[in-house]
Amino acid sequence: MSERKTDIGPPHYEQFLPPIIKENYGKWKYHEIPEPGVLKHVSETGAELYSVRAGAARLISTDFVREVCEVADKFCDGYLRFTSRNNIEFLLTDKGKIAGLKAELKKAGIPIGGTGHSVTSIIHTQGWVHCHTPAIDASGPVKAVMDDLFEYFGTHKLPAQVRIALACCINMCGAVHCSDIAMCGVHRTAPKIMHDRLRHLCEIPTTIASCPTGAIRPHPDKSLKSVSVNEPKCMYCGNCYTMCPALPCFDAEKGGIAILVGGKVSNAKSAPAFSRLAIPYIPNNPPRWPEVVAAIRNILIKYAEGANKWERLGEWINRIGWEKFFEVCDIPFTFQHIDDYKFQAYDTYRTSMHFKF
Amino acid sequence: MSKTPLLDQLESGPWPSFVTDLKRMAAKKPQVKDLLAQLERSYQEKITHWKHGGIVGVLGYGSGIIGRYSDLAETFPGVEHFHTMRINQPSGWFYTTKALRGLCDIWDKHGSGLLNMHGATGDIIFLGTRTENLEPCFAELTANGWDLGGSGSTFRSPSCCLGPARCEWACYDTMEACYVLTQEMQFDMHRPSYPYKYKLKFSGCPNDCVAAVARADLSIIGVWKDDIRIDQAAVKAYAGGELKPRGGATPYAKLDIKADVTDLCPTHCMSYDGKKLAIDNRNCNHCMHCINLMPQALRPGTETGATLLLGSHAPILEGAQLSWVIQPFIVMESPYDEFKELNVRITEWWAEHGKNRERIGELILRLGMREFLEAAELPPAPQQVRIPRANPFFFWQQSDFDAEAKGRKYYTREGFDVE
Repeated sequence: MSERKTDIGPPHYEQFLPPIIKENYGKWKYHEIPEPGVLKHVSETGAELYSVRAGAARLISTDFVREVCEVADKFCDGYLRFTSRNNIEFLLTDKGKIAGLKAELKKAGIPIGGTGHSVTSIIHTQGWVHCHTPAIDASGPVKAVMDDLFEYFGTHKLPAQVRIALACCINMCGAVHCSDIAMCGVHRTAPKIMHDRLRHLCEIPTTIASCPTGAIRPHPDKSLKSVSVNEPKCMYCGNCYTMCPALPCFDAEKGGIAILVGGKVSNAKSAPAFSRLAIPYIPNNPPRWPEVVAAIRNILIKYAEGANKWERLGEWINRIGWEKFFEVCDIPFTFQHIDDYKFQAYDTYRTSMHFKF
Repeated sequence: MSKTPLLDQLESGPWPSFVTDLKRMAAKKPQVKDLLAQLERSYQEKITHWKHGGIVGVLGYGSGIIGRYSDLAETFPGVEHFHTMRINQPSGWFYTTKALRGLCDIWDKHGSGLLNMHGATGDIIFLGTRTENLEPCFAELTANGWDLGGSGSTFRSPSCCLGPARCEWACYDTMEACYVLTQEMQFDMHRPSYPYKYKLKFSGCPNDCVAAVARADLSIIGVWKDDIRIDQAAVKAYAGGELKPRGGATPYAKLDIKADVTDLCPTHCMSYDGKKLAIDNRNCNHCMHCINLMPQALRPGTETGATLLLGSHAPILEGAQLSWVIQPFIVMESPYDEFKELNVRITEWWAEHGKNRERIGELILRLGMREFLEAAELPPAPQQVRIPRANPFFFWQQSDFDAEAKGRKYYTREGFDVE
């Protein structure tokens, strides 16, 4: 075991940088996006780097990666990178090779786009492919939505960029809480307590402590060595299930998708903002979730029609007012829209006469 | 008849299909065939078939592997174990095809051949292998220069935007800072010793392309203190329509500098008289809007560094938080000693006071911002708040009275001046 290597950390990035980046590191002067999916970065030295951005599924195979490598070898001297949203960027210096690269990607069914005022790839979680707490699948709804919004991936038609995200439960591993449009898997069933298993599998104090609303108590019957759940206080977060496998909250029929809108992370113009609830529940309808696809298209179209130049979705809503947003998008307003969760809630109630009828 | 009629419906349409991709792996890998069959079952039943967790790992590490077991192992033996390995990504997610093929070779040999490039925290995600393959796979990864990332209650794999590698707006070297801190924190990444997860993200400018403000406990966002650099000739070219807004990536052919730029400036610190763009830089709040719209005319200044923000996380438990400004400006230069020391003060305070599974942002909510700032040795600054408190319920401590007796405020610009 003496030769066992540990704690070496990731490889140094420099070995993966193409020569043009090493030579112009920190010297970039400006960029252009001459066409959707193609970025041109110009250095103070005059050097020009082209990046061709392509969309991919997040769940991929080594076969796919090898295919992508072949393309990068043929056109990019073997240099490529990935973006924070699972897009692939092919890096090249010879402008003349862009047409060939694009043709090759097209042939392979790999779309080009995701730049500027587009709908770029949807960041998402694992869903039924790999997760133990999901309310919904992840890759499936994402594929269905991207198929429907495909025309917006390879174009710059929108008032600003639109970032869509999906989390398959409210743990939000996909951090959808700051996206223009977010799909969030929701459970709507309080955990079913498996008393026989709980006493063997779970630590009762940590299980009780895991509940954000204090809905879990020691079971009054001490001989059970279990817990009880005050169901009206449960908001189905599944956090207790994470601590205690004997508290499953899955329900094939009641689970579904909530849509939240208007978040952003960039500081451009307005401050970073959370996404806010637009639609509390849409049924979980595999394999193509048509109701979710239609709801997202509806919001996107209304935004594209109504927003001013450069307005992100949330900036548009803030300008017209949320009451107008619900009216324009024809989305019913429900009790679920009114926040009643802890300290954030009261900050969202209106205290002015500044609203519209 | 197809065994996956529901999943088959995800093979049509223009966006790349993960089903089609998985099917070709299924022809070579029995575990992928079983994965598709189990997924089809989930599509029928609308429920997951993965069991709860399971602690697995490689020798000496307490992180980097997520245990995963099927609850249908008898029907689908190929996915009885289907553990995830998180491989720490290189800064900026740059690769050579040689390196990528090397990773593919290792994963084809030891796992399912399925992966994510990349996961939400930034790692390369290898999806699906058996317990007995973990150690050999890890040995081959390290022999080839790769290591596992973080998982559980550890220092998670930091990530960064590509910064100076390809962006003219990078206010510090995000790639280097990310690498240096990742190396510095290897022990804490691989051995869970924190109350919960702790993430770092490095963004080079306020556009925040890696979502540091929303997805990192400690968010390091590049900023400048001096003047935006202006090329007045290029401004004219934008006004004249020779240059297109946002590098051309919009539906708009020509920029109206007044309507599109100066009127939308959130602080109204700029004006354009038809000839010259003027910026009152002392009143600029670094929103990036003008720079984003005119990348050939405007660039951030040259006195650069970063703002440190702390506390963001997704909704569990107390509701989602965005990071709060804790230090308005820090110079981010190798060897990053000031930053490293502050990071240690933050994590030590959190490790001492945090409850099990309490993120640092939640601990600050519980114990108070003053307690945190004093522990982190950070002075109060108006940039830390959006607005001061509206209530009169503030506390006084003996140290405040001592400072008052000496004719001073508790804090000065030099730092703590009262023992």
